[in-house]
Amino acid sequence: MENKNTILSVKDLCKYFPVYGKGFFTRITGYIKAVDNISFDLFEGETFGLVGESGCGKTTAARTILRALSPTAGRVIFKTGDTVVDLASMPENLLKSFRPKMQMIFQDPFSSLNPRMTVGNIVGEPLVIHKMAKGRQLTDRVKQLLARVGLSSEYINRYPHAFSGGQRQRIGIARALIMYPSLIIADEAVSALDVSVQAQILNLLMDIQDEFNLTYIFVSHNLGVIRCICDRVAVMYAGRIVEMAATEELFRNPLHPYTKALLSAIPYPDLDIKLNAVLTGETIDLAELPHGCNFESRCPYRTTDCLCCVPELKKVDDNHFVACLLKN
Amino acid sequence: MIDNKDYVLTIDGLKTYFEVDHSVVKAVDDVSLKIERGKTLAIVGESGCGKSVTAYSILKLIQKPGKIIGGKIVLYPSNGKAINISELNERSELLYHVRGGYISMIFQEPMTALSPVHTIGNQICEAVLLHSKTKISRKCAEEMAVEMLNKAGMPNSQARIRQYPHEISGGMRQRAVIAMAMITNPELLIADEPTTALDVTIQAQIIELMKKLQNEYRTAIMLITHDFGVVAQTADEVAVMYLGNIVEQASVREIIKNPMHPYTIALLGSLPGIGRIGKRLAPVRGSVPDPLRRPQGCTFHPRCEYAEKGLCDVGLIPGLEEVINGHKVACRRVKEIRKNGK
Ligand SMILES: Nc1ncnc2c1ncn2[C@@H]1O[C@H](COP(=O)(O)OP(=O)(O)OP(=O)(O)O)[C@@H](O)[C@H]1O
Ligand SMILES: Nc1ncnc2c1ncn2[C@@H]1O[C@H](COP(=O)(O)OP(=O)(O)O)[C@@H](O)[C@H]1O
Ligand code: SF4
Ligand SMILES: [Mg+2]
Ligand SMILES: [Mg+2]
Repeated sequence: MENKNTILSVKDLCKYFPVYGKGFFTRITGYIKAVDNISFDLFEGETFGLVGESGCGKTTAARTILRALSPTAGRVIFKTGDTVVDLASMPENLLKSFRPKMQMIFQDPFSSLNPRMTVGNIVGEPLVIHKMAKGRQLTDRVKQLLARVGLSSEYINRYPHAFSGGQRQRIGIARALIMYPSLIIADEAVSALDVSVQAQILNLLMDIQDEFNLTYIFVSHNLGVIRCICDRVAVMYAGRIVEMAATEELFRNPLHPYTKALLSAIPYPDLDIKLNAVLTGETIDLAELPHGCNFESRCPYRTTDCLCCVPELKKVDDNHFVACLLKN
Repeated sequence: MIDNKDYVLTIDGLKTYFEVDHSVVKAVDDVSLKIERGKTLAIVGESGCGKSVTAYSILKLIQKPGKIIGGKIVLYPSNGKAINISELNERSELLYHVRGGYISMIFQEPMTALSPVHTIGNQICEAVLLHSKTKISRKCAEEMAVEMLNKAGMPNSQARIRQYPHEISGGMRQRAVIAMAMITNPELLIADEPTTALDVTIQAQIIELMKKLQNEYRTAIMLITHDFGVVAQTADEVAVMYLGNIVEQASVREIIKNPMHPYTIALLGSLPGIGRIGKRLAPVRGSVPDPLRRPQGCTFHPRCEYAEKGLCDVGLIPGLEEVINGHKVACRRVKEIRKNGK
């Protein structure tokens, strides 16, 4: 477990979206702090999970890391080969050569594929854009990847509408793999699928991980899926990471009041584990964050300190970090 | 047939077909179900297996190109005569009271049930005024609406009734929809994926709420879901559907602890997150076939671990048969599967 290679270091990353006032002179009246000071290291070959309720900033975090959104503040140190760069501050023209190394797989295979392109063109497009293959070589590579993700190479000339959700997700995976990326961010990649297909895709993602030497950031609101595929997990609440730990540790020994509440809300398909949800109320408005801890309004353990101090993510154990003012 | 359970609704041999491009999709094909008063029947299955069409058929809400081809649906109100819904005329007043009066329905996307141009309060009052058996005033209806919203866990309900659906969160909308569904004190509540669009924390709250109201009003619930976790936490009885048929039906305990149909076994094996980390899952292979090309024999045989050539891929669909007390399975090899274990 020791000498693990860090492939990505996210440091104090922030992404704020401006809120504009009403009226003739539109001016900025505040900010939605969708991602607020998140930091974590990503080790080569691992699967790192980002979990939390919808709207807590998971997608924004993922897209900001990949520079699909420009960060408000912070650093994203990315290592590839012997090169170490800060993606967060890199000018757009230089970013181009790093983009192929980082790929994204999306939730909705229905809308993420261009309906007017054939499967072959969709999967091969990144190679064409980066002028890395053409003709016979391109077709061969596309067929090879289609086969790897479990699709017949006969499909190469068909259009995406002819495929089921699971098949479309396989097409998306083939497209992500074609540039030999080192990092793949999967954003709710199996959330729209039926359980049987979801299980097939999860298996596929686990199989290709070793084969292609991939590191994953796996974004999901589904705790079962996270538990199944991730080595480590960060729990997000209202734009911040509130707890981060090895998966089993997190599920066995959640320390943050929000993590505890989240885990207590899982309905297990097991008659001996009765649902005993403890969390009341709804998540807060990211444009109007409280002064202290973001979870303060729903937290059963709140003290007066929680109203004025912002808890930082602190190490409590090897591989276990918590952002809560409570001692235990 | 002869049991002394108190049923609120019985469905016998329901067939609902859709005509698409001159061929027929058998969305629901010979489904029989009974729902006990005050209990929860869960219908589980993957997308497209006919769960929603079954629900819509109960209320005769099937639209073209769909058609109810056959079957008998009877409602047994707790006081009053049995109502043979299948024979009700489309324009009959009784059918009108069945929909939204005797039987209420809630949907996955709460906006389906709510009108965007009326306040929450107006919509709930409307439901009371339309289906109340006695004459009540508008003011009284409004008081009832506020009380019901309170029961549904809506904070500040007095103020909320003046709000429009888009002004409140998804979780609050689902609470409003539940209040609207329960205010008529229905015999049966049909809930079609009521928590699928919600976060787990809100889902847990809604599950608790539905259980609480069910206890208070003794409402029967037909819960449609694809989530076995939700099933285990809410259902008394479970029916598993595949391609328009019920393939297994039993008490929730039997389904979870002792699944017998290969499809149910495989669905449970597909569930992530129960003590399996980094290990591969055991999903059903392949995917649900095109409903226009339903396989011969047992429709599940192309994906089945236990399928036997010459037995499972020929003839008619295997019928649902009782294997042990109250546990019904539609599989030709169920005896061997039980003997040899999973
Ligand atoms: N309006 C329609 N026209 C044609 N076919 C339809 C129509 N409505 C439903 N069907 C077909 O009926 C079958 C059952 O559909 P149904 O909506 O009941 O599935 P479901 O089990 O509720 O799935 P989901 O989990 O996706 O909601 C499907 O094969 C579907 O394609
Ligand atoms: N382009 C944008 N402009 C303004 N607000 C945004 C934008 N994208 C996301 N947000 C807001 O940021 C917050 C986090 O959203 P998101 O990252 O999509 O959450 P998640 O993926 O966890 O559901 C939400 O409050 C959302 O409304
Ligand atoms: S810091 Fe306080 S309010 Fe925040 S989670 Fe911990 S106990 Fe709760
Ligand atoms: Mg998202
Ligand atoms: Mg449905």
